[in-house]
Parts: sequence; C-alpha cells; structure tokens
Amino acid sequence: MKITLNVWRQSSPEAAGSFVKYDVDGVSADMSMLEMLDVLNDRLESKGEAPIAFDHDCREGICGSCGFMINGVAHGPEKEITVCQTHMRSFKDGDELTLEPWRAMAFPVMRDLMVDRSAFDRIIQAGGYVSVRTGSAPEANATPVMKEHADMAFEAAACIGCGACVAACPNAAAMLFTSAKVSHLGLLPQGEPERDKRAIDMVAQMDKEGFGHCSNHGECEAVCPKGISVNFIARMNRDLLKATLRSSR
Amino acid sequence: MTLDGKCPSGPIETAWDRHRFNMKLVNPSNRRKYNVLVVGTGLAGAACAATLGELGFNVQAFCYQDSARRAHSIAAQGGINAAKNYQNDGDSVHRLFYDTVKGGDYRSRERNVHRLAQISVNIIDQAVAQGVPFAREYGGLLDNRSFGGAQVARTFYARGQTGQQLLLGAYSALSRQVHAGTVKLHTRTEMLDLVVIDGRARGIITRNLATGELESWVGDAVVLATGGYGNVFFLSTNAMGCNVTATYKAYKKGALFANPCYTQIHPTCIPVSGGYQSKLTLMSESLRNDGRVWVPKSAADATKDPSTLPEDQRDYYLERRYPSFGNLVPRDVASRNAKTVCDEGRGVGHEVDGQRRAVYLDFRDAIQRVGKSTIEARYGNLFHMYTKITGENPYESPMRIYPAIHYTMGGLWVDYNLMSNIEGLFVLGEANFSDHGANRLGASALMQGLADGYFVAPPTISDYLARVGWGSTVTAEHEGFKAAKGEANERIQKLLSIKGKRPVDSFHRELGNVMWDKCGMSRTKEGLEEALKRIPEIRAEFWENVNVPGENKGVNQSLERAGRVADFLEFGELMCLDALERAESCGGHFREESQTEDGEALRDDVNYCHTAAWEFKGVETAPTLHKEALTFDYVKLTQRSYK
Ligand SMILES: Cc1cc2nc3c(=O)[nH]c(=O)nc-3n(C[C@H](O)[C@H](O)[C@H](O)COP(=O)(O)OP(=O)(O)OC[C@H]3O[C@@H](n4cnc5c(N)ncnc54)[C@H](O)[C@@H]3O)c2cc1C
Ligand code: FES
Repeated sequence: MKITLNVWRQSSPEAAGSFVKYDVDGVSADMSMLEMLDVLNDRLESKGEAPIAFDHDCREGICGSCGFMINGVAHGPEKEITVCQTHMRSFKDGDELTLEPWRAMAFPVMRDLMVDRSAFDRIIQAGGYVSVRTGSAPEANATPVMKEHADMAFEAAACIGCGACVAACPNAAAMLFTSAKVSHLGLLPQGEPERDKRAIDMVAQMDKEGFGHCSNHGECEAVCPKGISVNFIARMNRDLLKATLRSSR
Repeated sequence: MTLDGKCPSGPIETAWDRHRFNMKLVNPSNRRKYNVLVVGTGLAGAACAATLGELGFNVQAFCYQDSARRAHSIAAQGGINAAKNYQNDGDSVHRLFYDTVKGGDYRSRERNVHRLAQISVNIIDQAVAQGVPFAREYGGLLDNRSFGGAQVARTFYARGQTGQQLLLGAYSALSRQVHAGTVKLHTRTEMLDLVVIDGRARGIITRNLATGELESWVGDAVVLATGGYGNVFFLSTNAMGCNVTATYKAYKKGALFANPCYTQIHPTCIPVSGGYQSKLTLMSESLRNDGRVWVPKSAADATKDPSTLPEDQRDYYLERRYPSFGNLVPRDVASRNAKTVCDEGRGVGHEVDGQRRAVYLDFRDAIQRVGKSTIEARYGNLFHMYTKITGENPYESPMRIYPAIHYTMGGLWVDYNLMSNIEGLFVLGEANFSDHGANRLGASALMQGLADGYFVAPPTISDYLARVGWGSTVTAEHEGFKAAKGEANERIQKLLSIKGKRPVDSFHRELGNVMWDKCGMSRTKEGLEEALKRIPEIRAEFWENVNVPGENKGVNQSLERAGRVADFLEFGELMCLDALERAESCGGHFREESQTEDGEALRDDVNYCHTAAWEFKGVETAPTLHKEALTFDYVKLTQRSYK
C-alpha cells in the first residue's frame, strides 16, 4: 500500500521545525510503523539526506524508548500498544498520517520526533526507591505480601516511562507516571517506611520540572501502552494528603 | 601469555568466602578519592554502579539510551533462577551449579559457576527488598516455576516481565545514589574507546549522542557492562542499539576476547515476514510446555491450510526423534531440528528470499485437553502479542515460529575477579565470557548479571583499588587520552566523508546474512572459510561506499549506526575464525563435521576442553589464540542425550 506521511522535522533543539511530506510506496501490512520509517530512512540516506530521528531500542513495547503522536494520538490508534508494536495493517492504502513529537514544556524537542525525557529520571531520583543497601536485605520469604497487593503493585510497576501520558494530557501533567511509582512502592511492605517522604519528594520534583496539574481528563490512561489505571492518581493524592498532614503535625 | 583464571584453590564450597577474606579493603574515608567508570546501566552495570556508590566510591555511569532504565535487560521475559529450594523439590546450590556446568556443555569454569549458584539466593533477597513485585502465592510467599526443561522449579518471575522489574529495581538503587551524589549518570553517551596507560585501564573516550562532542574520562578502574553482541547477525531478539563496540574496542586495546563463536539461538521466535524486517521477537519458551511442534510430512503440503492436514500427514519431528523429551528438548536441539526440516523444503508460512523458514507450534490438542480458558490463562499475553505482530489468531490456527539469535555466551576474557587481562578493566554481565560455557540455561543471564553487579565486582574492584592506591597523576591531558580521542575523531570524519551510495543498514543486513548462513545454527569448515573471505569484502565496500549523511554535530543516528556496524564488520571475522578453530560441536556451537551417528552434537574433550581467548594483532592480521585449560573436579564430563 501507499502511505503519505507528514513528519515533524526539526534539525536541533533551537531550530524552528516544520512538517515535511513524504510518500512511502510498497508498504506491507506486516511492517511495523518503525520498519516503515526505516524503509523511508534508507531511501533518504541513500540520497544523502538526513533520516528522520526517533528514539527506539527494544521494538517490543517494553523499553519505553519509542513514542510519538500519530494523527494527534500518542502511540497511534491501537489501544495498549507502543508505536514500535503498531503494525501497518492498522492503516489502509492511501492513508495520510501526521507524525509529531511529544509536546510538553518538560519534554523539549531534540530533533524531529525525539524529545528529552530526563525529567522522568529526576522524578525517580527524588524518591522512587526503597533505601536498601546491597547485602542488607532480609531473607526474601521473611515478609509475606498479600497476593492482591503484590499483583496491584505489579500493575503499577509495569510503567515503561515512555511519556505518552504527558503527551496526551491537555495540561502536560506527569501524574500517571509519578503515581505509578508512588503506588508500586507504597503498596508493598518494603516501601512503607519511606511512603510519606517518597510521595512528598516525588510530587515536589514533578512540579519543579514544569509538568502541569491534573484536572481529571483521563487522557493519560487512554493512551498508556501498559493500561495503567488513573486510580493510581487518586491513590497518590490520598497518600500525599496524609503525608502532608502528618509532616505538618 | 599464560592465562591465569586466579581461581582460589581448596574446597569449592568455601572458595569465594576464603577469597573474599584475603582481599584488601579501602578505608571508608578514602573511597571517595577513587573514580570508577561504569559503562552500561543494564542489570550488571546499574547494580555495580549503585553498589560502588553506596560504598562511597565516586562513580561515573554511562549508557547510550536516553535513560538508564531502558537497557536491554528490560526485555527479559521468563525469569531468574535461584537455588532457594522454596518448593522443597530437591534443589540446592550444588544442583544449580551442576545443572549450569552440564547445561554449558562443560565449557565453563567450575569455580565461577559455583559462586554464581551460591550468590543466586542473595539476589532474590535484594530484589524483594527493593520492591520488585515477583509473582506470589495466595499465602503471600514467593512463587516459582520450572523453566527451560529444568527438573526443579527454581525460577522466580514477574509475569512475562521479569527483566523489566529487576532492571527497574537496579535502576531505583542507581537513582538513589545519583540523588546522594555518589553516582553521576551520563545518558545518551556512547563509549568509543578504552584508554590503557602503562598496562592499566585508565579511562574511556565517549561521544555525546545529543551534541556529537567527544569527551575523555579518567578513572582508577573501568567497568564494561555493555551487554551482548547478538546484533552482529543483524536480525536478533536484541534491542536495535545493542552493539559490540565497547568490548571490541577493548579487544583492540589488548583485552582478550574469549569464545566469540558461542552464541545462543532461541527456538521460539516469530519468523521473518519480509526483507524490511528490523528485529525478531521472542515468544517465551514456556509455550513448548503445551504446544506441539510440527511440519507437513511432504514439502508439497507446505502452503496448505494447516487445519486441513490430517494427522498422518503431519510430522511431529521432535516427538518422533526425541521420545523422552519431545517438544521440551534444549534450545539448541530444538533450533537445529527446525532448520533441518526447513532446509528439506518442509518449512511453512511466507516465502522470504525463496525459502519458507517457519514451523508450526500447535495448541489444538492442548486446547482440546484443558480448554481454551486454561490456555488463555497460561499464555494469554503471548498469544495477544503474537496476534498483534502477525495479525493471526493462534487459538484457531497454529503459531508459526523459527529460531533466532538471542544471547551471546562469548565475551571479554575475565579471571575469577571479573578482571580482564588488562589491569583495572572489569567486565560484567553478558559482556564477559564467564559462567555459561557453550550454552546458557534459561533464566540464568539475569542471575549472572546481578551476581556480577551486586555481589562479585564491588569487592573485587575494591580489592584492586586498595592494591593500586590513589593519587595517580594521569589526567585527560595525557598522551594516551589525546591519541585515543584523535583516533575516534578521525574515524568519525572518515565515516562522514565517504558519501557513497549505500545506506548503513544495507551493510549490516549483508553481514548478518553471511553470519546467519555460515556461523549460525550449524557451521562447517567450508562455510566458515567462505565467510572469512566474504566479510573483508563487505568491510572494504563499506569503507568506500557507505553514505552517512549529516555532520558530527547534534543528533546523528546514521553516524551512531555506522560506527557500530563498522565494528561488527571486523568482529564478525573473529567469530568465524573462532568457530573454524573449534572443530568440535559443543552447546550452541554445532560443527557438522562433529556429530554422532544420529546427528547429535559430538564434543571432543581431548582437543577442545579449553576456553579460546583471542589477542588482537591488527585488522588485517590474524589474531593470536591463547588457551585456558578447563578442569573439572566436581562434575563428571558426559555426553548430553535427550533421546
Ligand atoms: C528478548 C530477550 C529475553 C530474555 N529473557 C531472559 C530471561 O527470561 N531470563 C534470563 O536470565 N535472561 C534473559 N535474557 C538475557 C538477558 O536479558 C541479558 O543477557 C541480560 O539482561 C544482559 O544484561 P547486561 O547488564 O549484561 O546488559 P544490557 O542490559 O544489555 O545492558 C547494556 C548496557 O550497556 C550500555 N552500552 C552498550 N554499549 C555501549 C557503549 N558503546 N557505550 C555506552 N554504553 C553502552 C547500554 O546502554 C546498556 O545500558 C533475555 C534476552 C532477550 C534478548
Ligand atoms: S522501542 Fe522499546 S518500547 Fe518501543
């Protein structure tokens, strides 16, 4: 099939960007979205033109490197899937697709479809861990964990840190990302001692990075490739409230 | 050069403890005076950097992705082994040790493997304390499963995302140290060279992938935890960026490369669908517990709808050839048999380059036996993934699978301390050659990466630092750094100036095809000799006709790939040479000349019971082979049989 692409091209963080149109022929339904871009990039490279830059690595939907908007939707039309796992059979011959990077103040564009998501790392560095030195851990089965809690913690921990939640949010909030980590650790007995401090510190860092505030649109959950629930946001808000009350006492 | 593995003597059970007691310690107040450079933030690198940071050393950590959390360890699905014996099914440190040595086809060091089995239990404790959400039973205790044909259930798992959860655990420990200021993290930073001064590893040269800037980093020790080199085959289950650059550059600076030909092929991956294919996706091996592998008896039926083929026209070739293990034969055996039936023209699915390379993995009988809902509960996420990629429904028609490159057992040679023959250069995780011999057991790579990173390297690196002392006068202005940086820059300029006609990937694909055909699932003397002629030709054309657009400023992904492919084009030759030299079959290395009467791998313990470690002598000059003899005091060498 033939696909027409309108791709955001921006040569550097400072440069002004614009959309450039490309016609890609001979697209097979079995190709992934990124393989289709590979084919286009091979053509551009052969002509000595700069290929379209995009982050990607595992191409299995787990590393969280990839991600851009396809026709205004983070990771494209299919539910619970990243762009690297989106296959061209989701589209039809003659379709026109607009590819655009995540747009958020806290995620500056570096080049084309590639953005700087290091703000996420700094949120984790602010408190997304249990303070346990190597070698100081107790015997693993000494602390039983209710299966329901362990399973729910896993649901939250499944976040791949791709940033789609921020890109989809009208306020560019990072609440789903932050709440997933706060909830993952807060649900486990291992995370309990630092629960208050973690919530306070991670939310403070989130604000400092310039992410917006949550106004309950729920767009984040809708585009999350791992289907992470907005309930974790409510949970984090409760944790934060309790923590703030306790710390002001 | 004589290779000394520096293994402690005496009883194996207490070897590591005694060895640790003999190590030197660094006074806590002196630790911050030492700089350690850790390249790679996968399980091995993140664990090591975090632990050294906790001890108070000054650590600089590097990775090429935009975040430490994205290292390829994230993609591991199945699980991690540990000799906890929580299932009371007869597991023990000794059994895990024994299984690993045997599984590696007796080509690993006994003492390294024993230590790994001992440490396995501490890893689980550590991960659980970090909040890794392993699967649990209703009683709240940890669950286990049996994996990769093991007779005990010793595998810990977090659904199909064990690697992700363990890496996020190590990443959280690393993030804590970044916050504490002991670790400085350099993401989107690629190591291009190792700097060796007076025989000691003293630093690295990196390229900032966001700006193109080349930088020099001085350290008292250098740790490489840069993962495996499976992407030399172009198509593999590895992430797109996985590369050999860091370890290969160290090899060019004098580090020995051990057993490069030992690669693991995973039997159950989604087959290639077309020439544009960029990578292959693994389908967990657990599928073979219920799926039956078959192809049509007659090549004429290869294109028929599989559901129309009656029982007597199907060849369940694994069940036929291996009545006792059936579909659960080890990875290498399953893979080779799939290749054989496809070479006979009985492969199924799409024709790519004139051949059908796939076999059926059929759940029809299992669904009849236990019901669709049970199969869905067991494998729902895998079936879902298969459907997303292929557009087909495996509940109704059989899956199509084919083997793919998955893991590399070879790597830089290291001694018992995980130090290479270059003083101060430590190599961890998949990047070293250490514990898996000629074949790795399922769920053992995560175990080894974390054992190396959390528990083995931190004390051995401390011991090394205590012995060399602090206060070195080497700076980034040293001739060694200037020369290495100059060379790196020259190579970049050369790549950018060729402006030929072919894109980088086309060379990578071409090399990958040669490697897969001649140095893949089965190897012959003639084939390897052909490859050794062909690879230098591809390399020569690369340096004349590649087109790397743009300049060395800002993001230039073509330039990144070109550098990696250039290294693969040299490294592929070393692999083929090693495969040619090893005229026996062992583990994942199958030489057609060395097989039993009924076509099984035949080891030659008289001539090849050694590690082959190669010393670089020049790109166009043959490397020198050094051998480290392997001795077995605790495990008896036998021929594997799965009949
Ligand atoms: C699909 C798949 C499934 C798997 N499943 C399992 C399983 O179930 N159980 C199991 O035990 N094992 C499994 N494995 C194997 C296991 O995941 C890996 O062997 C292991 O995670 C490797 O860890 P590592 O830390 O050595 O390297 P990696 O995780 O690969 O990390 C390498 C690091 O080095 C960095 N790096 C590389 N080159 C450079 C450079 N030149 N400059 C700077 N940085 C660099 C990268 O950025 C990265 O941070 C699986 C592998 C694959 C591919
Ligand atoms: S490339 Fe890893 S999630 Fe898409």
